Amino acid sequence: MSAAVTIVDYGVGNMFSLISSFDAVGGSASVSRDPDVVANAGKLILPGVGAFGDAADKLRATGLGDAVKYAAKRGAYLLGICLGMQLLFDRSFEFGEHAGLGLLHGDVIPIADEIPASYKIPHIGWNALSVIRPNAILSESLSGQYVYFVHSYHARVADDSLSATTEYGAPLTAAASCGSVFGCQFHPEKSGRVGMSIIDAYNRL
Amino acid sequence: MITKRIIPCMDVKDGRVVKGVNFENLRDIDSPVTLGGYYSECGADELVFYDITASAEGRRLFSDILVEAAKNIHIPLTVGGGISTLSDFERVLGCGADKVSVNSGAIRAPSIIGVAARMYGSQCVVLSVDAKRVGDGWRVFARGGRDDTGLDLIEWVKRGVGDGAGEVVVNSIDTDGVRGGFDIPMLTAVCEVVNVPVIASGGAGCEEHFVELFRAVPTVDAGLAASIFHSGEVKINELKEKMARAGIPARI
Repeated sequence: MSAAVTIVDYGVGNMFSLISSFDAVGGSASVSRDPDVVANAGKLILPGVGAFGDAADKLRATGLGDAVKYAAKRGAYLLGICLGMQLLFDRSFEFGEHAGLGLLHGDVIPIADEIPASYKIPHIGWNALSVIRPNAILSESLSGQYVYFVHSYHARVADDSLSATTEYGAPLTAAASCGSVFGCQFHPEKSGRVGMSIIDAYNRL
Repeated sequence: MITKRIIPCMDVKDGRVVKGVNFENLRDIDSPVTLGGYYSECGADELVFYDITASAEGRRLFSDILVEAAKNIHIPLTVGGGISTLSDFERVLGCGADKVSVNSGAIRAPSIIGVAARMYGSQCVVLSVDAKRVGDGWRVFARGGRDDTGLDLIEWVKRGVGDGAGEVVVNSIDTDGVRGGFDIPMLTAVCEVVNVPVIASGGAGCEEHFVELFRAVPTVDAGLAASIFHSGEVKINELKEKMARAGIPARI
């Protein structure tokens, strides 16, 4: 029996689609803002939209950042989505320099530093995955499949945790993982059947 | 490579999907819950729900239906219609919307764009504009195309994006409902001045019109239409295959 999913509610991001997507694969996801519940959860989702600095401040202020770190270090599954993925990294350079949770290694930098000036920012829309290193929720067969992105920053992964990239004038980080910690820059809950296969795989862990 | 998006739009009145031809003569097509779920499965890249009811009772009905519809939709969902305050944003985001589109509300009180962008992020704020050719340029119209605001389309779009709108839907009143193709000159003019995604609306009558749009305006990101999809005249999977054969990146 796989563990129920706990979505970390630190006041950033819309939980509605995430809850619906786990319902749709026959799972069950609940939302919590209680650090004790999060610290003891078996399977977590860290959502997030907006600016890194604000989100990191909220994680600190609520005690939920430490709770997520504690859970991950004792081996709980953790999936960060979009800004939630970026928060798993060491630090971000979005409007200044901000510390992340340090569960994945690397820096979050503007995609403008990587891509030609003619490309629109944010990178919004459906783009194809190139799977570099498959993981438990992202199989090799997802290479070439389209998922939905909305972001202006991406993580430059410092070690061998890079799982997948997407091409937008340059290869951008689409997914990363290390042990039981996973991150998706795209929104699996908004990526149709392909995204739902990732939600389903995470639900089954 | 990022794909060009195909977006069905559902105008919802009294709980049903309707489509205005030149914004009048509404006719019933289907339930938003059924149709939304169908589009989410059949290859649509995104969906737009537009609430065209004006009464408080209609708003509540729309919110209830939105919650039901959003549960079955696993692609991005934009909601518009009657949005003018932050509490309108909060209401539809809480019902499952990913993005919120503002139109007449932003014309009445333009500050909503910046306020909402700071609160929810630019990716959440879509500026939707109804425009019509007047003389050498294009003029912005409010209230579903009824009122000439006197605003110049290009200046209005530049201002909205400057204030924080993350995407722009450009609906040509001149081509809407005519089914003769998108308004290429208007879209070209808008794409020249903004660096956020531009969604073309108004005029699609057949598959070929989308191919023509993406060829003629390579920087346009998406094509939006309503009745031709609802009626089944254009099937989204066939349209995407046609786009791919024409060398236009499409999610198939």
